Amino acid sequence: MDFGSILQILDSAVRFSTPLLLACLAGLWSERSGIFDIGLEGKMLIGAFAAGAFSAIATMPVYDGGWGWQTGGMWVGMVAAIIASILLALIHGVASITLRGNQLISGVAINFFAAGITVLLGASWFRQGGDTPQLPAGGRFRPIELPLSETLSDVPVFGPIYQNLISGHNLIIYFGFFAVLATYWVLFRTRYGLRLRAVGENPGAVDTAGISVVKLRYSAIIITGILCGIAGAYLSLGTSAPGFGRDMTAGRGFIALAALIFAKWRPVPAMWACLLFGLLEAISTKYQSIDLGFMVLPGQFMQALPYVMTVVILAGFVGKAIPPKAGGEPYVKER
Amino acid sequence: MNTGIPKWVDVILIPLLSLILAFVVSGLVVLSIGKDPIQAIKLMVYGAFRLNDGIGPTLYYTTSFIFTGLAVAVAFHAKLFNIGGEGQAAIAGVGVTLVMLAFDWPHWTIALLVGTLAAAAFGAAWAAVPAYLQVKRGSHIVITTIMFNLIAGSVIAYLLVGPLQANGSLPESSRFPSAAALPTLHDILGVVGINFDRFSDANITFFMALLAAVGVWLLIWKSRLGYEIRMFGESDKAAVYAGISPVKITMIVMLISGALAGLMAVNTVQGQAERLVLGAVEGAGFIGIAVALMGRNHPVGIVLAAFLFGALTQGGVELQFEMQIPAQMVIVIQALIIMFTGSLENLVRMPVERLFTRMKKRAA
Repeated sequence: MDFGSILQILDSAVRFSTPLLLACLAGLWSERSGIFDIGLEGKMLIGAFAAGAFSAIATMPVYDGGWGWQTGGMWVGMVAAIIASILLALIHGVASITLRGNQLISGVAINFFAAGITVLLGASWFRQGGDTPQLPAGGRFRPIELPLSETLSDVPVFGPIYQNLISGHNLIIYFGFFAVLATYWVLFRTRYGLRLRAVGENPGAVDTAGISVVKLRYSAIIITGILCGIAGAYLSLGTSAPGFGRDMTAGRGFIALAALIFAKWRPVPAMWACLLFGLLEAISTKYQSIDLGFMVLPGQFMQALPYVMTVVILAGFVGKAIPPKAGGEPYVKER
Repeated sequence: MNTGIPKWVDVILIPLLSLILAFVVSGLVVLSIGKDPIQAIKLMVYGAFRLNDGIGPTLYYTTSFIFTGLAVAVAFHAKLFNIGGEGQAAIAGVGVTLVMLAFDWPHWTIALLVGTLAAAAFGAAWAAVPAYLQVKRGSHIVITTIMFNLIAGSVIAYLLVGPLQANGSLPESSRFPSAAALPTLHDILGVVGINFDRFSDANITFFMALLAAVGVWLLIWKSRLGYEIRMFGESDKAAVYAGISPVKITMIVMLISGALAGLMAVNTVQGQAERLVLGAVEGAGFIGIAVALMGRNHPVGIVLAAFLFGALTQGGVELQFEMQIPAQMVIVIQALIIMFTGSLENLVRMPVERLFTRMKKRAA
């Protein structure tokens, strides 16, 4: 394999890892505050749908019932995605914080709901069997060429890396990496972050200190909603796909969950885990099967690998993954 | 949780109110896409219970949901959340396929017996690994069973374009020998002179599902093991103190749960498709969660709830035909039922409990 094709695979690994990364960070916020969230998939899916649908509406010609925007349609989609995802996150919040319901069941319900409602609304709004119409250039996030990428392209090794791997992605991809740093900084370097982590480990202690467990958890849930919405918006507005397609997330919410465990609920390792899982997806997309010389690995093996690796990590064979201590338990204030 | 409300309130009134709430919200969803909810309900009821080609498919779906509902309920009694019914049923389908294609079956009775054993064994095996990892390595069973669902999906995707694929381009296995075909309800009821729909997929496994429900009732409430399971579910510390091994209970419960989920493959793979196809489970594993919730983890409740969900699934087909409402409407209704009877249950329970304590005070 030559340098060029390695770069190409790494480049698509970055693209594939972005929605995983955003959803993984979303899960990190929620679970660090003590709320299990297996509904990442559903929130992402509804985000992807809202993004595709509203970007399409914004860019559709006025005589077709749209707004006739030539540019900027993707921002309408982005805002819609975030709002839709936050709404589902709040349902999860009401269920698990206010009503002290079962967080796992709530997550299952949310995934189900999103899978149904996106096709239902999509089919009745656009009449394309649940897909949204093709988006024009003005309704999507386009690649950004970073400064000097042409000038530096002649520099050996660094030039092509800069031009192909670092430059030429869209805004959401860069935001994904920014979100890793922001998450790290807020969670581990601010007072709010300290309290949030404490509420995921020992809510009783936080409550005793006079800080509202409920408010902290709701704030975390809303951040989860925002990040899931952006992750979904990336799928329909930031990839080569021409808009939203039914069941577009295709299990990415669960891979993100796997990455979260893989990274042991820490932001920077989460980035590496998502890049790794993105690389696996890139390889399995490029090669149908991989010939190791002594045996041939089928493509499905690469698809299953993130899940298998997560099971191995969970089983503690390669370092122990310990979730936040209060995760999954509703907090009942002492009287 | 017991705050002195009468049992009928807990078992009937609260689930019923939650269910009504779920249907009201579903009606609003139907309204929001510009259709008439009243007409939709009428159509669904008609579509699900119409003699001949309505009730048949309803019972076919009911069969699968009884199995997956029982699977979830058995695990719930030991406070284990088996969210992996989807994967267990899928792998059980592989088991059924392997044995069906391996022999030339002389008679359907033998095929049914062996198919059942294979489904149960494969389903149980797929549940065994997460169970083992939970008790021995402390990994959370919910996450591992989710991962095993997804791994099962990849395994089947591989098998159906690889070793198990029949000649041709479709991702499906060869057809099972015709002697392995199970008698349908049409065949069975024909014996007693009832002319049941000839084309319906409902088959003999419906009665197996009812038997399984009786079996689970005997197991949980009438056996020593069931007592240990319930005790472990109430308090694992007390159970350990009483000499009950958590390892043993977790393993046994998950094996039974996986086997029950697996049995739905006899209905779908052997009874209906008569070959292995992609996506044979179609969410039945997850619907089992809703069925167990609605049915309060009791076999009688589960059979009734499975019937409700079977009727919903079949009624949804009618919606698509007659009102151009996509079949996904049913998924939305199911999701709302899971929400209102499951995670949002306290929305109904809290006010009802308050009401009853107030009434009691006034009476006193």
